[in-house]
Amino acid sequence: MAELISDLLIQGAQMLLVLAIAPLVTGLVRSLKARLLRRQGPPIFQPYRDLARLLRKEATLAHNASWLFRATPYLVFSATWIAAALVPTFAAGMIFSWSADLIAIVALLGGARFFLALAGMDVGTAFGGIGTSREVMIAALAEPALIMIVFTVALIAGSTQLSTITTFMVSPEVGLRVSLGLALIALIMVALAENARMPIDNPATHLELTMVHEAMVLEYSGRHLALIELAASLKLIVYMSLIGCVFLPWGVAPATGGRDALLLGAAFYLGKLLASAVALAMFEVTIAKLRVFRAPDFIGAALMLGLLATLLRFVSEGL
Amino acid sequence: MASFEFAGVLPLTASLASIAVLFALCILALATLRIKASNALIYLSCFIASVALLASGAAHLFGGNAPEGLRLALGLPWLGAHFRLDALSSVFLVILNLGAASACVFAVGYGRHEHSRGRVLPFFPVFLAAMNLVILAADAFTFLVSWEFMSLSSWALVMAHHREPANARAGYIYILMASLGTIALLLAFGVLAGPTGAYDFASIRATPPAPWTAALVLVLVLIGAGSKAGLAPLHVWLPLAHPAAPSHVSALMSGVMTKVAVYGFIRVLFDLIGAPQWWWGLIVLVAGGLTAVLGVLFALIQTDLKRVLAYSTIENIGFIFVGLGLALAFEANGLPAAAALAFTAALFHAFNHMLFKSLLFFGSGAVLNATGSRNMEKQGGLIHRMPVTAFAFLVGCAAISALPPLNGFASEWLTLQAILWSPQLAEWPLKILTPGVGGLLALAAALAGACFVRAFGVVFLGRPRSREAAEAQEVDPWSLAAMGALAAMCLIVGLLPGFVIDALAPVTQAAVGARMSAQAEIPWLSIVPIAEGRSSYNGLLVFAFIVSSMTIAALTIHWLASRRLRRTPAWDCGFPDANPATQFSAGSVAQPIRRVFGNFMFRATEKVDMPPPGSTTPARFRVDISDRVWNALYAPIAGLVSYVAEKLNHLQFLTIRRYLGFVFASLVILLLALALWPS
Repeated sequence: MAELISDLLIQGAQMLLVLAIAPLVTGLVRSLKARLLRRQGPPIFQPYRDLARLLRKEATLAHNASWLFRATPYLVFSATWIAAALVPTFAAGMIFSWSADLIAIVALLGGARFFLALAGMDVGTAFGGIGTSREVMIAALAEPALIMIVFTVALIAGSTQLSTITTFMVSPEVGLRVSLGLALIALIMVALAENARMPIDNPATHLELTMVHEAMVLEYSGRHLALIELAASLKLIVYMSLIGCVFLPWGVAPATGGRDALLLGAAFYLGKLLASAVALAMFEVTIAKLRVFRAPDFIGAALMLGLLATLLRFVSEGL
Repeated sequence: MASFEFAGVLPLTASLASIAVLFALCILALATLRIKASNALIYLSCFIASVALLASGAAHLFGGNAPEGLRLALGLPWLGAHFRLDALSSVFLVILNLGAASACVFAVGYGRHEHSRGRVLPFFPVFLAAMNLVILAADAFTFLVSWEFMSLSSWALVMAHHREPANARAGYIYILMASLGTIALLLAFGVLAGPTGAYDFASIRATPPAPWTAALVLVLVLIGAGSKAGLAPLHVWLPLAHPAAPSHVSALMSGVMTKVAVYGFIRVLFDLIGAPQWWWGLIVLVAGGLTAVLGVLFALIQTDLKRVLAYSTIENIGFIFVGLGLALAFEANGLPAAAALAFTAALFHAFNHMLFKSLLFFGSGAVLNATGSRNMEKQGGLIHRMPVTAFAFLVGCAAISALPPLNGFASEWLTLQAILWSPQLAEWPLKILTPGVGGLLALAAALAGACFVRAFGVVFLGRPRSREAAEAQEVDPWSLAAMGALAAMCLIVGLLPGFVIDALAPVTQAAVGARMSAQAEIPWLSIVPIAEGRSSYNGLLVFAFIVSSMTIAALTIHWLASRRLRRTPAWDCGFPDANPATQFSAGSVAQPIRRVFGNFMFRATEKVDMPPPGSTTPARFRVDISDRVWNALYAPIAGLVSYVAEKLNHLQFLTIRRYLGFVFASLVILLLALALWPS
């Protein structure tokens, strides 16, 4: 019984940690980018203030918005939050880690996008439609790329369970593999596309005809917008954790590891998030945004890399 | 093992009796056509017969499942008509009659709007009966006669509204392709029966054909059953014929008849033909992967709602065939556990596809009734006018897009797990092509999500694009009940996939000689296809997580933050336009994806006609799309057929002397052939 309670506590701690830290990571990336561009930029806690402000304000709804439009922020938030709770962050092998494997996590994120894309069409405005149509185009290429990456990693680790993969990745059996390298590059490309980052989308712009994600959620306001923004931050942290636990698996504690190991794991995790945020900011200031119709080339390249990585695994398995 | 008796009657006898009732209903329908109540009478009677068949199938599947045979003195005198109910047929009886029963309930309401009742009511029970007979048949003759009955009765239903110009063409192409399929199956059974002409399945099973004969059978069955199922490149008739029929029949054709075709394929390749070769799996696998992507890409660019659904059927058939191909490859490689996984995934997906595709076709029928149009560009905003239909349709869209925790995800997840087992396959072509097929499946699944975002978004969300859509009314309770029941089943099956997997175990045991480990005993009702450490999924928990975290979020926000809500005009960057034509249309939502795949898949050409400056003529934008398969494969054949027909036409106007001359000449040639035949 005591064991069950401690397991639940650790799981709960992870859920609260990702929720609490997600806006900070977003704020960190923003202010780092500003500093790199020699701007002063917003303080790194600005996203929290934005969320608080949005939550305080009343929500406005278009006259013809349906129940789907109101339910979507909650659905999107909860699907993303669950995905964030199931990806190992500071500890692997949590109590519910077996309930959804990596494929299911990808599908959960896909579900969040499905409803967000529908909400973009709900009010019946041109901006919402353009956001939706571009989002589904990007997703239609990014999702299979992600599945191919999952295949590669799963074939190497012999499992689609993220906790097992993480444990396997720290073991000496892994070694240096070409397919893993390809998968890492592909995963970073997919993560950029999925999080509406440069070079696919520009998170800093509003009201620009090339935008994707922002156009889709244009009609949202108040608490609904707060949830969607929080979900977007959570999604960024999901991908950072995913890259962390598969490709930089060092320091991830076993869930039964005791307090010291868990604290050490948390420290490692924060370090990884910091490193990813710095890398993301550096990358974003050095690259220009692609035209929308060049985006498929970028994500298509990720898909091809993922396919190549899987193919290499399939072929080398027989040797 | 003792057979399960149902009130003293064996399931097979009960099934055949119900089929006889269905045939009798055809006559009853003809007799009562003029009576107004005949619609409800016929459909409710069909419902009862379908439920009886469903119960027989379930009784056999869950109680015992020792095969049960019967020979009736019908058909060919020296052969008789053999019927057999084993695990495989009982699973397909369940799939078929669950779809049929829901279609009957839907039709009680939907059929009231039918203006040419005499062209639907008599054929409907025959169609149901014929599909059931195909599944129960245990000799080639009965199988083929039932198959042809199924084709012809569904053709009659496709032609129910034959005055609409597109329908006549659809019916013509359908009957041609159906005939081609039947010929291929006829030849396949001819080859299987061998020189002794043993046409009953038991004798065929006892004497497996030689490898190269078996290869011939594979090709013929792929043409015969594959064309009925919609396997590319034999799919061209499907998106024409399925939407042309009344919606409950479309649901049956897409959700159920394609499964009967899958049954035919499984019956021959996993039962009658003996041990498979590895390259059979390769052919089926690649055909399935290509079919999946091709189907969903074409679904994405259609603007006719029912045609979107028909093309999506092709995609799902691709998924099923990938599972079957993997099962063949694994079986040939001596990996029975993996074969069981792949085979279960295929059957599970067949079951799921019946559920959500019937649901979606019912939804499209409801939209058609409410707005009088299948054209997506005329819909919009129906979620306000038809809330229940919209909700059920949304569940169907989410399920077919493989979103957890619904049923579509469970079966696609199993298929992907089976692919992850395939590096174990020994043959190099399989090793190289299987990951490619995995990529195709992932692409198809993602595109299906895009396709159904578009379908639901354009039809049910946004603002109405026509007056009919603005004034649409919710449909009758019968239709809603049918849709609601199927939507609930999509959820329940998604939450408890383990029970379905266990129910399929006797079939996989019979077909590939192994079964997946029992899932119902696993704690928390998870599904674990291979081993706990390797992969597991728990739909129930995922659902509980989603519901509880949504509740937490909603409660916290309403407790801590603002609850105020104000209705305002749409924002749209400050320039909302009152004209609903400024929304994104079905064509424009698909445009980015069409551009990505356009040149390759559709040979899409976009043409912009800009008027010269100062001119007041409107600018025009035109997109031409052509189907490569049609151009490359069908157009030449169609051209050849009509050329030959043209040349043969003058034979119709000869004198009697010449005709007699022809008869005499052919007699002489036949006799000569007989005389010269090396005996």
